[in-house]
Amino acid sequence: MSLAQLHHLSKTYALGQVRVQALTNVSLQLKPACFTVLSGPSGSGKTTLLNLIAGIDRPDEGSIEIAGQSLQQLSDNALTDFRARNIGYIFQNFNLLPVLTAYENIEYPLHLNKTPAALRRKRVLQLLEAVGLADKAQSRPNQLSGGQRQRVAIARALVHQPLLVLADEPTANLDSQTGAQIIALMRELQRQQKTAFVFSSHDPQVIASADHLVLLKDGHLQAPQPLQEAV
Amino acid sequence: MIGLALRNLWRNQRRSATTLLAMMIGMLSILLFGGYSRTVYYGLETDFVGRTGHLQLQRKDYFWFGSGDPQGYSLHDYQQLADEIRLDPVLAPLLRVVTPVLQFGGIAGNFDAGLSKLVIVQGVDVAAQNEMRRWNDYQLAITPDLLSMDPKVPNEAEIGVGVARMLQLCSQLTLPDCPAQEVNNEGSPDVGGSLLSADIAALATSQSDPSSPATSGAQLELLAASTGGAPNVNRLQINRAVTTGAKELDEVYLAMLLPQAQQLLYGEPGQQVTALQIQLQHSSDLELARSRLQQLIAEKWAAQPLEVHDFQTLNPAFGQITGMFAAIFGFITILISAIVLFTVGNTMSMAVLERTVEIGTLRTLGLRRSGIRRLFVSEGLLLGLTGAGLGTIMSLFFAALINQAGFSWVPPGNSNPVPITIRLWGEHQMLLSIAVTVVVVATISAWWPARRAAKQDVVDALRYV
Ligand SMILES: Nc1ncnc2c1ncn2[C@@H]1O[C@H](COP(=O)(O)OP(=O)(O)OP(=O)(O)O)[C@@H](O)[C@H]1O
Ligand SMILES: [Mg+2]
Repeated sequence: MSLAQLHHLSKTYALGQVRVQALTNVSLQLKPACFTVLSGPSGSGKTTLLNLIAGIDRPDEGSIEIAGQSLQQLSDNALTDFRARNIGYIFQNFNLLPVLTAYENIEYPLHLNKTPAALRRKRVLQLLEAVGLADKAQSRPNQLSGGQRQRVAIARALVHQPLLVLADEPTANLDSQTGAQIIALMRELQRQQKTAFVFSSHDPQVIASADHLVLLKDGHLQAPQPLQEAV
Repeated sequence: MIGLALRNLWRNQRRSATTLLAMMIGMLSILLFGGYSRTVYYGLETDFVGRTGHLQLQRKDYFWFGSGDPQGYSLHDYQQLADEIRLDPVLAPLLRVVTPVLQFGGIAGNFDAGLSKLVIVQGVDVAAQNEMRRWNDYQLAITPDLLSMDPKVPNEAEIGVGVARMLQLCSQLTLPDCPAQEVNNEGSPDVGGSLLSADIAALATSQSDPSSPATSGAQLELLAASTGGAPNVNRLQINRAVTTGAKELDEVYLAMLLPQAQQLLYGEPGQQVTALQIQLQHSSDLELARSRLQQLIAEKWAAQPLEVHDFQTLNPAFGQITGMFAAIFGFITILISAIVLFTVGNTMSMAVLERTVEIGTLRTLGLRRSGIRRLFVSEGLLLGLTGAGLGTIMSLFFAALINQAGFSWVPPGNSNPVPITIRLWGEHQMLLSIAVTVVVVATISAWWPARRAAKQDVVDALRYV
């Protein structure tokens, strides 16, 4: 059984006159509760692929099905609601809302899902605890360090218990020690919550911790290789 | 959502403050002018309603043709009409004064000096007129200009300063700023006047009450064509000369007691006048009173053709002046609205641009396009509400300050300086409509940037640097 099925995805971008083939004929299956790492050199199409899976971009060709739902059939609003319910996204630059506290940033996806207040509170406190920021609940992002911000972002991506969490180079803006902690944290939460994670990274630490490694080069998939003995 | 909007506005305090200040200053200029216009409206209305009443009952078409033929367009049995108006169950509670006037043209002559002048004679009930002039329903800081005649002294009258000037009565009336005519004896300026003078003086002496006190001070002879067509003359004792604010009026104004005026025009004091002036307690009852009068005209007073006119029709200057103020007010409002539109629009456009990545993030997390739009529109709305609130408070404050300062000037239609008053306190309708305008304009100006924000492609927004 697979969580997500990607069939023959292609995507080109027009950069002025030049057409950039960001992805070419990519097919892939993602298993539930699996820690997948997407690796490849810069410009190989990692972000593009993540954006397609996240449903914030649409492929030129091919189809994506997540939990039995084919994304291209959804209207813009339906796709947006689908994201709110099923996807968690962790950005390279954290992308926290600057006017909200750590608590409120984590709570935001629950608002989008119209979760009742009592449950919201319970979940947010749980996640603040899980990412080790219980004492920073009322801090604004600009009062937090990079590592702390990324922890808030991880909590935000997990708070509504999505099927799939996508992370685009989540450790690229962190020093290697903090990066390692963040990876350990994500790995742990992924096991606890039994959520599927898809990561893009060229960080060897991340690659080493993967259940499943996907290699991209110039928009082409290099033979997918399940890692037998992960960590 | 509102909380988020508020925090985003707070995040960029300087920009929000500048935008708010622009809105507040805009509102201040609209409202100060509007408040001042109110003072002018109320001042004019008080003046006109004090002089002509709210409504006048006239013989049909007197308004168009009457001054050419006052006898032909007279109102008969005015006492009875006035009593019926005073006792009418609908009108009685609305009324303040019902009083007759007789208006006609005559020739006033200072025949000793060989001068004469066409005048418009007002025959009035002094006590009732003065009661009308005390009408001050808007509590303006004014003192009414009351008639000077003593109702018990039959030949007392007052004239406009223009009449006094032309008849060279300035020195007798001790008028300041009244240029004396250069003496021009050879080829007298008014030959007809001097030729006429002997006859008329004789006629006046013969007709005047022999018991009237020995004349002193300013006097003039008033000549009018009586019903029969024969001239009728009365010698009048002039108490004072008044300024009405309009030069044309000052040059024809003559007020005297009603019985003497009737005597002059009809040959006897009687039951005829040219109009019944009706003053109400409040201008807001005008339409109610008018429709009741029209009903009475049709049903009860069918014996003579009558019609009713309001003070705005009787004083076209009122509509002209208030119309001009309304036009300027509208113009300022449109201008300021445009400024608010562009200021808020610009602020919101900058906010959208700055927060492009944030928009992409929110969309990724699962906020619909409509949610993005709402976010920015509610920021515009909030700016508008805050600006409108602060603008109103600031305007009330400045209005109070100006009112305290006690500036004064001579407004159109007045002859004396009046204090500059900005009437905002209590003008709920004006305050509310301007505040609502500002809020609506601010919201509309946020609409376009908000729409642009919502239409953005998510991936492009996230990649924005
Ligand atoms: N929105 C876009 N418009 C134009 N070109 C784009 C766009 N997004 C991606 N590209 C191009 O598509 C190619 C793949 O980009 P992508 O961002 O997916 O690579 P990446 O593997 O994530 O690279 P990096 O490691 O640098 O993040 C690149 O050549 C990039 O310039
Ligand atoms: Mg990338």
